[in-house]
Amino acid sequence: MKIEILGTGCAKCKNLESVVKEAVAKAGGFHQVEKVEDIMKIMEYNVVSTPGLVMDGKVVSTGKVLSVEEVVKLIKEE
Amino acid sequence: MFKELVNNLTIEIFGLTGRLNDTINFFIYDTLKILFLLIVIIFVVSYLRTHFNTEYVRAHLQGKSELYGNILAALFGIITPFCSCSAIPLFLGFIQARIPLGVTFSFLISSPMNNEVAIALLFTLFGWKITAVYIGFGLLVAIVGGFVIGKMNLEKYILLDVKPIEGELEDVGEVKMTQKQRIKEAWDYTYDIFKQILLYVLLGVGVGALIHGYVPADFIAKYAGGNNWYGVPLAVILGIPMYSNAAGVMPLVEVLTQKGMLLGTALSFMMAITALSLPEAMILKKILHIRLIGIFFAIVGFGIICIGYLFNYILQ
Repeated sequence: MKIEILGTGCAKCKNLESVVKEAVAKAGGFHQVEKVEDIMKIMEYNVVSTPGLVMDGKVVSTGKVLSVEEVVKLIKEE
Repeated sequence: MFKELVNNLTIEIFGLTGRLNDTINFFIYDTLKILFLLIVIIFVVSYLRTHFNTEYVRAHLQGKSELYGNILAALFGIITPFCSCSAIPLFLGFIQARIPLGVTFSFLISSPMNNEVAIALLFTLFGWKITAVYIGFGLLVAIVGGFVIGKMNLEKYILLDVKPIEGELEDVGEVKMTQKQRIKEAWDYTYDIFKQILLYVLLGVGVGALIHGYVPADFIAKYAGGNNWYGVPLAVILGIPMYSNAAGVMPLVEVLTQKGMLLGTALSFMMAITALSLPEAMILKKILHIRLIGIFFAIVGFGIICIGYLFNYILQ
């Protein structure tokens, strides 16, 4: 699965990125993690509060830093 | 309740008297009171906020007429959390949804001004009346300020070319979550904020306690000139770089009002701290021409100064 973290480089966005990386390691399987910093690309996802989390092109969370467990759960659900 | 406990502690157990007792008593009492109420209020506010997010606000502001849009945007500012780090996506997202520039600014003024920390501190330190005045006049500045900016045709100062989206946004609706998730999220958020501001609160109350105990009551009125004409604008200018330290500054302001600082000046100061934030301006500079940011600061600053003068005049 392709997991994208949307954020323009704020502290919260970096937190989410490391949470996602940890969650991917925990959940197992192969996932591609990408940080999207281009504001125009972020706009295309219709996200107005960063950080946003996108899984396979679908926005699953905006405006908050999830916990590792929450992200693991999301990865397994998708 | 707290008061008696603290009196018992400092007088009976520590055996303190005079100014030292005054200072330490004030520090312990104020710290306990502020921290307790901060946790309660931030928890309640962030619980209510789990129902709405910025995407919800955007969908509901789209296609609203100008003045009505300004009012709605200012009110939405109360119920949505704000982080200056997401000012850019917020701004561009609103423009992309064809929400007028003025309405966007109404939200951008109101949201940080009505942040949960400021409201919790105001309520704790000054009571509900001043809190209501702060929120009421804060909304007025946001509505009028945004409306005026909207009338000035400043769209040319947006540096990025944002493609408006065709048609209506989907109504995203309230955020769906179970009761348990909401409570957990509100609690996590409260704990997070609490960690961030604890040190500032302790510092602010500490310095405040020293002033409370050792600076004479009419000090400000006597030396700093409580009702000098420049008191209000000076307070506004001093407030601009202090956004992240609001938690430490507000307890200080409470003590300064006890020492003769006029309430209108204090009100302007606190509004400037939350509404005019230097870090936010630096972030917005990436997408807005400096002239637009200047106009934004000037209009909001002017509004806040008027409120300060008005209150100093009324309360005299």
